[in-house]
Amino acid sequence: MHLEEKFKELKERKEKALIGFVTAGYPTAEGTQEIARAMVKGGVDILELGLPFSDPIADGVTIQRASERSLEAGMNTDVYFEVAAGIKGVEKVCLTYYNLVLQRGLEDFIADCESAGIKGLVVPDLPVEESKPLLRICDRHDETDLIFLIAPTTTEKRMARILDVASGFVYVVSLLGVTGAREHISDAIHPLIRRIREVKTFIPLAVGFGISKPEHVRTVCEVADGAIVGSAFIRLIEKGLESESKASMLREIEEYTRSLKAGTKTV
Amino acid sequence: MSSYFIFDKIIVKENMQSRPDEHGKYGIYGGKFAPEVLMSALEELEKAFNRFYSDKRFKEELNRLLRTYAGRPTSLYFAQNLSERYGAKIYLKREDLVHGGAHKLNNTLGQCLLAKHMGKKRIIAETGAGQHGVASAMAAAVLGLECEVYMGTEDIERQKLNVFRMELLGARVNPVDSGSKTLKDAINESMRDWVTNVENTYYLIGSVVGPHPYPLMVREFQRVIGNETKEQIRDAEGRLPDTIVACVGGGSNAMGIFYDFLDDDAVELVGVEAAGKGLETGEHGASICAGTEGVLHGMYSKLLQDEHGQIKQSYSFAPGLDYPGVGPELAYLADSGRVKMVSATDEETLIAFEILSKLEGIIPALESAHAVHYAIEEAKAKAKERKENLIVVNLSGRGDKDIFLVEKVLGGECK
Ligand SMILES: Cc1ncc(COP(=O)(O)O)c(C=O)c1O
Repeated sequence: MHLEEKFKELKERKEKALIGFVTAGYPTAEGTQEIARAMVKGGVDILELGLPFSDPIADGVTIQRASERSLEAGMNTDVYFEVAAGIKGVEKVCLTYYNLVLQRGLEDFIADCESAGIKGLVVPDLPVEESKPLLRICDRHDETDLIFLIAPTTTEKRMARILDVASGFVYVVSLLGVTGAREHISDAIHPLIRRIREVKTFIPLAVGFGISKPEHVRTVCEVADGAIVGSAFIRLIEKGLESESKASMLREIEEYTRSLKAGTKTV
Repeated sequence: MSSYFIFDKIIVKENMQSRPDEHGKYGIYGGKFAPEVLMSALEELEKAFNRFYSDKRFKEELNRLLRTYAGRPTSLYFAQNLSERYGAKIYLKREDLVHGGAHKLNNTLGQCLLAKHMGKKRIIAETGAGQHGVASAMAAAVLGLECEVYMGTEDIERQKLNVFRMELLGARVNPVDSGSKTLKDAINESMRDWVTNVENTYYLIGSVVGPHPYPLMVREFQRVIGNETKEQIRDAEGRLPDTIVACVGGGSNAMGIFYDFLDDDAVELVGVEAAGKGLETGEHGASICAGTEGVLHGMYSKLLQDEHGQIKQSYSFAPGLDYPGVGPELAYLADSGRVKMVSATDEETLIAFEILSKLEGIIPALESAHAVHYAIEEAKAKAKERKENLIVVNLSGRGDKDIFLVEKVLGGECK
């Protein structure tokens, strides 16, 4: 199913999308599959699976640490696609940095996404200005959407340019900063969503960066089509690795996912 | 060299002047691979640079600072003892005499002045050797700006003296403990800070790297080196040099001295990268000599990376060259054949470091000593051919910051 159809299906059920992020290979490749299963059981709609990069400039300390650990444990692009292919029952999106796409070859990377059932690709260091070569290949394959980001600092001119080529959904960056769970969500969201809607009405908008609590998800889903939660999941895994047994960690992740998902139901 | 001469020279020359193109590209290199949050800041920066850099008052103000604060023009010194020993005429462009001890201040004065004109109050900078950090702290102090410097904990250990200097100059040094704990990670952390504080903060990049317009701006602010050199060598020798040599970390001192000679085809331009423990060991900082194309820190350039695209740790005992990337324009000029790229190991560099200290009474920065090594080898090679050989070395910095490190390497005992 294409991502936009997924959002449509959710809308018919009077739901918004819960998009959960984890770093592939953290703590291990098998671990990621178990964690993904727990998130699916908890009701995650879209799983954003991070392919870790050595120099993640858009990420805060939580995801940096997870990326480092994952790479140390042997994660690479080949293993990544195996892990991704093994995760079923959920729409999947890949998040990575441009150099990893480049080194595999744009064509091969998109073909591998397609084979692994990955429906979207988020590349935080690939602005619309540099996106043409990759966009052309995504369009030709027509299976994997290139997901663009829009931030509070995005000008009207660039916003129009982005929305002109965007598909799947738009990743709305809720604040100025890097990824990482925060106590409160940013009040920049509402005016930003309004600005986007003035340009384009019919593309799904998912808000990310800093979201960590069910009430955050609920607030976001009042105005957007989905909420993206990342670092908060990584923190749960971190905590689980330190103290509890694996089974209880997985149970906790499932419960946490369920609590977030509840915030996406509009009735 | 050959590929450069295949092109119609006139066209190449015109291209030289118009680089980068409107997308910030130097051939296939360069560009703007930055997070969305920063894209408008980069546009704003480009506009501000274009406006102020061509503004007469801005230029006058910058020139005044360069003259009266930084101590420019720096001398072009004829190294007589070195020349006699190796059978060539070797001149040293004395960037080590710039206030602060390296060429870095040329750039930081330019960018801090720009930041001030843009109304920014807070400067952030990354540093490897600490030289750019010191130069940033100085420029920020003199122009009344607040300054924070990111520095890898590994580099903090290697360059303690500079950390103390930055603090004395009123800057805050933020240790970076992620990744390889060196320059690359300090840049990552600076970018994260900039993403967070983009509205009031100016990111002062220290070399010709990063997203457009940084490689262009830093090259322009460093061009003063080559500009002066051209006039000085004409005065001294009545002709242009046969060879100009500069060390290459990110490439700012090299681009600075090369740029005004790009159209002078008879002048050979040589960049010296850090071969560290030897290119074959994989422990080096030679991104052009031994790297491959990719995207890091906002630019498409030559990088040290594995087959999947994960960035490798670079290595050099000279912290300013310990970086797994290089400026896009230099990558372009190397591909085109206009700039010849070579490398020097730690061991070779250390010998050159000692030779220059003893023969000329000048202790070079370890970074600059890489270029001195090449000049000596080049002199020796040409001396056999019995041709007159005029070499200019860009002595990018002085070695005070390195003496503890060198003492350790030499086992506390100078040979
Ligand atoms: C004295 C000196 N030379 C050279 C460099 C390398 O930088 P670049 O290649 O940008 O000149 C540094 C960097 O810190 C330096 O301190």
